[in-house]
Amino acid sequence: MSDTTTARPADALRADDTPPEQTSSGTVRRVGGVTGWVDDRTGGAKGVNYLLRKVFPDHWSFMLGEIAMYSLIICLITGAFLTFWFVPSMGLITYDGSYVPMQGVLMSEAYASTLHISFDIKGGLLIRQMHHWAALMFIAAITVHMLRVFFTGAFRKPRELNWVIGTVLALLAIIEGFAGYSLPDDLLSGTGLRATQGFILTVPVVGSYIAFALFGGDFPGELIIPRLYAVHVLLLPAILVGLFIVHIVMVAVNKHTQYPGPGKTNDNVVGYRVMPVYAAKAGGFFFLVFGVTALLAAVAQINAVWVHGPYDPSAVTAGAQPDWYMWFSDGALRLLPGWLEFVVFGFTFSLNIALGSIVLLPLIYVVLGIYPFVERWVTGDTREHHLLDRPRNAPVRTGLGMAAITFYTILALACVNDIIAIKTGMSINDLTNTFRVSLFLLPPLVFWITKRIALSLQRRDRDTVLHGRETGIVIRTPDGRFYERHEPLDEYTRWKLVSFESHAPLELEPATDANGVARKGARKDRVRAALSRFYFTDRVEPVTPAELAAAHHHGEEHEQLEVPAVATEQRITSGQH
Amino acid sequence: MNALAARRRHPAAIALLLMVALLVTGGLYAALAPEPAAAAAVTADQVSEGQALFRANCASCHGLNAEGNAPDPGQEEEGAYGPTLVGAGAASVHFQMETGRMPMAAPRPQAPRVNQVEFSDEQIEAIAAYVASLGPGPARPDEEWLDWEGQGDAGRGGTLYRSNCAMCHSSAAAGGALTRGKYAPTLEDVEPVHIYEAMLTGPQNMPVFNDANLSPEDKRDVIAYVKQMHATGNPGGLSLGNLGPSSEALFIWVFGLGIMIGTAVWVGQKGA
Repeated sequence: MSDTTTARPADALRADDTPPEQTSSGTVRRVGGVTGWVDDRTGGAKGVNYLLRKVFPDHWSFMLGEIAMYSLIICLITGAFLTFWFVPSMGLITYDGSYVPMQGVLMSEAYASTLHISFDIKGGLLIRQMHHWAALMFIAAITVHMLRVFFTGAFRKPRELNWVIGTVLALLAIIEGFAGYSLPDDLLSGTGLRATQGFILTVPVVGSYIAFALFGGDFPGELIIPRLYAVHVLLLPAILVGLFIVHIVMVAVNKHTQYPGPGKTNDNVVGYRVMPVYAAKAGGFFFLVFGVTALLAAVAQINAVWVHGPYDPSAVTAGAQPDWYMWFSDGALRLLPGWLEFVVFGFTFSLNIALGSIVLLPLIYVVLGIYPFVERWVTGDTREHHLLDRPRNAPVRTGLGMAAITFYTILALACVNDIIAIKTGMSINDLTNTFRVSLFLLPPLVFWITKRIALSLQRRDRDTVLHGRETGIVIRTPDGRFYERHEPLDEYTRWKLVSFESHAPLELEPATDANGVARKGARKDRVRAALSRFYFTDRVEPVTPAELAAAHHHGEEHEQLEVPAVATEQRITSGQH
Repeated sequence: MNALAARRRHPAAIALLLMVALLVTGGLYAALAPEPAAAAAVTADQVSEGQALFRANCASCHGLNAEGNAPDPGQEEEGAYGPTLVGAGAASVHFQMETGRMPMAAPRPQAPRVNQVEFSDEQIEAIAAYVASLGPGPARPDEEWLDWEGQGDAGRGGTLYRSNCAMCHSSAAAGGALTRGKYAPTLEDVEPVHIYEAMLTGPQNMPVFNDANLSPEDKRDVIAYVKQMHATGNPGGLSLGNLGPSSEALFIWVFGLGIMIGTAVWVGQKGA
């Protein structure tokens, strides 16, 4: 029997091996206790160290996305609570719960269980209302977060991909919201489902087949609620959370953008580390968002399903609107004229409905998604951008954004035309016609006004940088001349006003070469040059150091004039400013 | 062969038979048709007092003898005119005047409800008696049909409400818009008798729900549903006007997002 510790000849072959490292996270100082134990088994210290030391810039507008993230988490938590009692079935039962006006009414189990949650489960109504308010907040926060990213140009390279992911998230969020809104099977949500089925029917040629497949037969059938339930609690949340994690990881990978300011460049991130500052701030902010949501749910009633009654295809309620994020589509339907429906070869084409639903809905998100690529093509700018634009420094982009908001808002308001009519005493017909005209008239007008305002603000910035702030102090010199003293800006303020780029319109290369041969892609370039002129013909250049020096030189002459006058100057503080 | 049989081919026989048939049908109808019920005991004094009040307050639009004042063709949208009130019945007068809708202060798309009623109950009764005397029309409902607390079935009423009323008055009975500035008003705080009379007479843009359409029991159940629903109140908190997603959207954008952004600014300001 041989001893196992005896050196064998083969061992010599491994003699030069480096011994394996003891810790999995080699670069990190070893710690003992539980942390060390976990690290030994997972090697997580390295990644956690990277995350905790990550620097983020500080600004309230960077927290809009956080509001969306926390609202999503609140929806997941409260949604889990609701699944304990909600019955996703269209089977009919007679209600015998505690809400008197519905007692003895035949209704679906989905609706009855929603009433049960609202009236007979302790805290059920509060949780239901939190779920719904958080859902509305989720999509509202996504919207304002998206607007922040758009108006500050945060979608530029290298973040175009994340913008596209964000756009998909926004689209999925409204579908998720709509699916949830439809689940209680009340009169209002059933009307919404009926409208949705109508949208699907307008798909040319195959619409009725798709509708039959989705609803498992004619409307309403018995399958749509269970199917929507699977979509709402399983499919879409999984995709939303998955995409959302990618979205957040991309933020960490691309690093966060920052507003221009002293010491902030395209190559650094100025801010605080996650540990301890953002861990505390973001963690605390979650509880604040949770608290505000709970407060809203405790104070204000939302979606009183018991008022609407169970869904019945023969009944409908006045003032039927979807939740706000679907308004633009419903509004478009209210504005589209009826003569857009016609029959060709025995097929009915309901463009009066299709244009406002199955065309408009995806179209808006496609336009959103491709915008960064359009702008990049127009500017020809392939550099990375980590410094944000102030909206005024991109007048055409800001104008386009405002025009888009106007277009969207008019569509959305058209969806509540009946509520506006009854609350203001106006005629719903006049309102609809006003919206129809405004939809085409106002966006260009808003574009033009916004662009002019942005350019004016830029000119004012330029003026302030060159000549300083008007103090309102009028100086009289001994020889009787008057002038207003201007106070030069401090360097920190000035930095903000001068550190931006102003693109010049692209120069058009000749369409033919020296031999008169047409250049490849000349037509495309013409379009590109025209767009570039549209974007950048009207522009204000940032102040250059040379201009600033010249202006200061000019200013110093004033100061010199002032020096001997100090003793006798009379200060008149103007009250006009 | 008796005399009747001998004359059965008389040229006048067919006319006579028709007369008899008409008499029987008319008589049966008079006996079986729902009685317009000339409410309570109407005295001649009341009618003449009502006529005087009518001429002073209503005749400028409805005509001196309530014959109506038709608009000129093409002028329907403007100017003062009123329909004939012959056959309008006491219930109409009672509803329109007790809710302050009539007399209208000015021509407009629709007479609004006015809480400050300028006429006393006796005056309204007198005008109702006068209008009822012009021709048969719907009378005031019996107390029996207004006893929604004792005999109404809210669940059944809700089903009727959703198929017959919700499309204009909204499922929350908060009201809704109609074309050209007209609207279905809210049913909040409306007296049961007025709800009943509105269904019975179809004021303004409302269709008539006569007793063949919605029986008096049905009407009582509808009233029970509306009243029960409002009695429940808003267990979830502020009603936000019961306007559904539209006021919820305003609330989340103004208050919800406003508070959230305020919080974000606050947290953002607290540096390390």
